[in-house]
Amino acid sequence: MKADHPQAVNEAPIDFSAATMAEMNRVIGLFPEGKEKSAILSMLHLVQDELGWVSVGAMNRVAQILNIEAIEVYEVATFYTMFHLNPVGKNVLEVCRTGPCQLVGSDDLIAYIEEKLEIKVGQTTIDGLFTLKTVECLGACGYAPMLMCKYQFYERLTKEKVNEMLDAMREASKS
Amino acid sequence: MARKLLIEHAAVPGITTYEVYRKHGGYASVEKALKTMSPEEVVEEVKKSGLRGRGGAGFPTGMKWSFLAKPEGVERHLVCNADESEPGTFKDRYLMEKLPHLLIEGMITSSYALGARRSYIYIRGEFMYILRILEKAIAEAYANGMLGKNILGSGYDLDLVVTPGGGAYICGEETALIESLEGKRGNPRMKPPFPAVKGLWGNPTVVNNVESIAAVVPIVNEGGEAYAAIGIERSTGTKLISTSGNLVRPGVYEIELGLSVEEFIYGDDYCRGIANGKKLKACVPGGSSVPILPHYLVTKTAAGTDRLMTYESLADGGFASGSMLGSGGFIVFDEDQCIVRNTWNFARFYAHESCGQCSPCREGTGWMEKVLYRLEHGNGTLEDISLLEEINKKIEGNTICPLGDAAAWPVAAAIRHFRDEFEWHVKSPQEAQTRNYGLIQVPLEA
Repeated sequence: MKADHPQAVNEAPIDFSAATMAEMNRVIGLFPEGKEKSAILSMLHLVQDELGWVSVGAMNRVAQILNIEAIEVYEVATFYTMFHLNPVGKNVLEVCRTGPCQLVGSDDLIAYIEEKLEIKVGQTTIDGLFTLKTVECLGACGYAPMLMCKYQFYERLTKEKVNEMLDAMREASKS
Repeated sequence: MARKLLIEHAAVPGITTYEVYRKHGGYASVEKALKTMSPEEVVEEVKKSGLRGRGGAGFPTGMKWSFLAKPEGVERHLVCNADESEPGTFKDRYLMEKLPHLLIEGMITSSYALGARRSYIYIRGEFMYILRILEKAIAEAYANGMLGKNILGSGYDLDLVVTPGGGAYICGEETALIESLEGKRGNPRMKPPFPAVKGLWGNPTVVNNVESIAAVVPIVNEGGEAYAAIGIERSTGTKLISTSGNLVRPGVYEIELGLSVEEFIYGDDYCRGIANGKKLKACVPGGSSVPILPHYLVTKTAAGTDRLMTYESLADGGFASGSMLGSGGFIVFDEDQCIVRNTWNFARFYAHESCGQCSPCREGTGWMEKVLYRLEHGNGTLEDISLLEEINKKIEGNTICPLGDAAAWPVAAAIRHFRDEFEWHVKSPQEAQTRNYGLIQVPLEA
């Protein structure tokens, strides 16, 4: 399945959990009547919170809810880099690679995580626990090097801190 | 000790709650404005203050406000740009995380001045945890009658919503932000019409940076003239500077504009000098888009005067020997840093973030990245350096939005000041892979 080309995939809309639907209705309600489309980015974040990624079926459902064409959702989801259009690991490590982080060692940090997890940037570990990505500036330059996972910032990273972080994530995923 | 108008109470325990914030004088500007001032009087105070847009462009906020069209029966909006994404910049994040009510207070007072009844905070999606902080603070403001119907019995109604982006630098450009807020791709719009005439949903809209909106609070409380008394020339008031790179103490500082760069980098109250006892090699003083300054132009201008933290002084010498205050994203490089590598890194950033709408930017940023990649990795030629300058000229000024310029300027400045280092990468490619060039020599004419 090539979710990079959502139009090429004919996938039935999927249903979301009651909690996700309730939250979607809340964010839609934040905007004036007729301007509900403004909630689309919030909704895609909610989709990703529930599924871990944004599938074509999910985008089709978002289109139904907003009463817009599916292409209007695809074109948004493919523009913004936070949305994963293919399945990812349980923990997506998004390491900042931009200048200020690079000045204080993000290249080494990325290499270290690659070595630790035995994967390259863009890949997922065999156990499905981790996906490693690099991203552009996350606005934490003074606390660099850093990475983001599940909207949480891990800052001033050292090898020791990375080890602790990975262990804690492994532990958390057992439960 | 310098005065802090914005973040003085940032360390107070519980200051993110309405109650504690109120105890420390919070929401006084709302009371003052709504009870004793007309909207026009608030605009007038902001004009008098000389406040300039804190997002990077430095356009006078009061003037921007006065451009807002006010056709009868058409809704107007204030939109806060919290899409802080310029590499090196993390001041708004600090302000919103520590003092969410300060932004909300500024939004209320500013919305009142503009006659907006529905205002929005657009925050970058990666700051989701701050969005939650703001949501909580907004709920508290509603519960205490600072938002909603008939605020403080003034008859003024305001609804305030915070909503996330999805990871796109371009959405910090105000028309791209508006597109995104309408639920679309962040492609910047052609101007005119300007947002002040046709903005969000076609309504007249003002888009202001987080820090600009927060600064309205002390301006209304103490008066525009008192604010303008701080600073030098047309750089009035205080500014948040976020510092990163090879410093002893990187972080966010509120400075009075006019502080010397020397004091800011080396002073005990600020960054405390270069980390690990190294020497300063270069500085990007206003976010990754502004020209880089070599060490001999950081604390002194080309004319030999002290360089100050002001819009004017940082720009002294134009692009030949100056830079810009920009967003206040102050990035410092020590002697071990490779300028070619950093220039490639920033070029990659702009290639990644170009929205793809205008050919010169879409193609040019990617092309520059490729050329810089081969220079950095030992496969470049001397012609590549002039090729970069050529591409630069073709991008600059030829795009709908300033991202093209933002991509072109850092490359042009790096070559202008560090040409020897670029040429060294071509002439000694093996050596360039194994060690850094070190400090560049001060040119004789400088």
